[in-house]
Amino acid sequence: MEAKRIRAPLTDSDVKKLQAGDTVLVSGVIYTARDSAHKRLVERLAKGETLPVDLTGQILYYVGPAPAKPGQAIGSAGPTTSGRMDPYTPALLEYGVKAVIGKGSRSPEVRKAFQDFQGVYLAATGGAGALLAKKILAAEIVAYPELGPEAIRRLTVEDFPVTVINDIYGKDLYEEGRKNYVIY
Amino acid sequence: MREVHVKEITEAVAKLCQEANYFLGEDVVKALQKGLQEEPSPVGKDVFRQLLENARLARDEEVPLCQDTGTAVLFIDLGQEVLLTGGDFNEAVNEGVRQGYLRGFLRSSIVSDPLERVNTKDNTPAVIHLRLIPGDKIKITMAPKGGGSENMSAVRMLTPAQGVKGLTDFVVETVSGAGANPCPPVVVGVGLGGNFEKVAFLAKKALLRPLGEPHPQAFYADLEKELLERINRSGIGPQGFGGRFTALAVHLETAPCHIAGMPAAVNLNCHAARHAQRVL
Repeated sequence: MEAKRIRAPLTDSDVKKLQAGDTVLVSGVIYTARDSAHKRLVERLAKGETLPVDLTGQILYYVGPAPAKPGQAIGSAGPTTSGRMDPYTPALLEYGVKAVIGKGSRSPEVRKAFQDFQGVYLAATGGAGALLAKKILAAEIVAYPELGPEAIRRLTVEDFPVTVINDIYGKDLYEEGRKNYVIY
Repeated sequence: MREVHVKEITEAVAKLCQEANYFLGEDVVKALQKGLQEEPSPVGKDVFRQLLENARLARDEEVPLCQDTGTAVLFIDLGQEVLLTGGDFNEAVNEGVRQGYLRGFLRSSIVSDPLERVNTKDNTPAVIHLRLIPGDKIKITMAPKGGGSENMSAVRMLTPAQGVKGLTDFVVETVSGAGANPCPPVVVGVGLGGNFEKVAFLAKKALLRPLGEPHPQAFYADLEKELLERINRSGIGPQGFGGRFTALAVHLETAPCHIAGMPAAVNLNCHAARHAQRVL
């Protein structure tokens, strides 16, 4: 299957082109955030405060990278389980985040939020952290350095491979894929 | 008595932390190659391709296979004729983890308190399973364990009447319910028997067995095969994208148990059944 290419930050028309099951190569700038950063971001939104970085139109990548060896832009950097971010995701989509990258299934509330706020859920290969790090050309901490691996980083990526799980049309690759191969 | 300075333990643990995180075992590589050949789903095949390429990169460049370099789980068999000198055994092990993780550019994934959640910044403390054995050797096995698959693991206190069906249903339900979360294709460690805490230990220990090596008892070897077949009928497939390879192997470990109970545990592991061993 021919991969679709997108460049972050994203617009609504970029998101409309993506469908569950598509293979996509992401280039441009994306931001890392996992458990602790999500908690802080959503607490700020609830208080009506601005975020430490403008995430409108941006892609969030659920990752806590390994430290970079000398000469590396970043250490191994595969996705973490997305379900833990479920309590925070609808608020971030409503705020304007356009896509998130992780792995594993999302709650019904989050899946509805992808439709309501025109966002997509992309999965990267869990366990391929060394390979995925090669697609990250630069990384810098932009917020919460005290969180160590959980700090928010700005990543410059080139042809970062992902698969669309949830699109704005309500489809879910995990459900569809399983239906195609289940044996009763 | 044979005297062993605890700094030898520190050095060995430090090296094992790195080896286990950089080098995927040949047994797993073989299982991935089989998956690449036999998985009917095209996206599933692509996952196997990525995982094999990932293992090659990690080995060649000595970088961690996965950013989640795990909780440091150490199984240490200590010969009862060994006299440890020069310091505190537990501290020596933790110092090994500290040095191994910091020097090896491995991620620090441990928080000092489950509710306060402040990172200890050196991946200590380790989880240490110490066993006294006859002899004058020390066998150290380091098995870093990732958080994503650990979260999908389960213990269930089954009753004797539930028997084989109770066990197989529990195992299949646990893997099936986990879906894409534990990074399939998974390795499934099953504990059966013992008691509440022992059964979880058995499930973890089952993950150390080389992939493809069946249980020594024919009955349990057959049960492992049956469980693997049932799990792979679920359709979850590599990364949950749909396919036939949801698990690479099921390993079962048993222990005697109380007349009232039949505890069972499922410890899920991603494809990277990481472990490294050294005998001092």
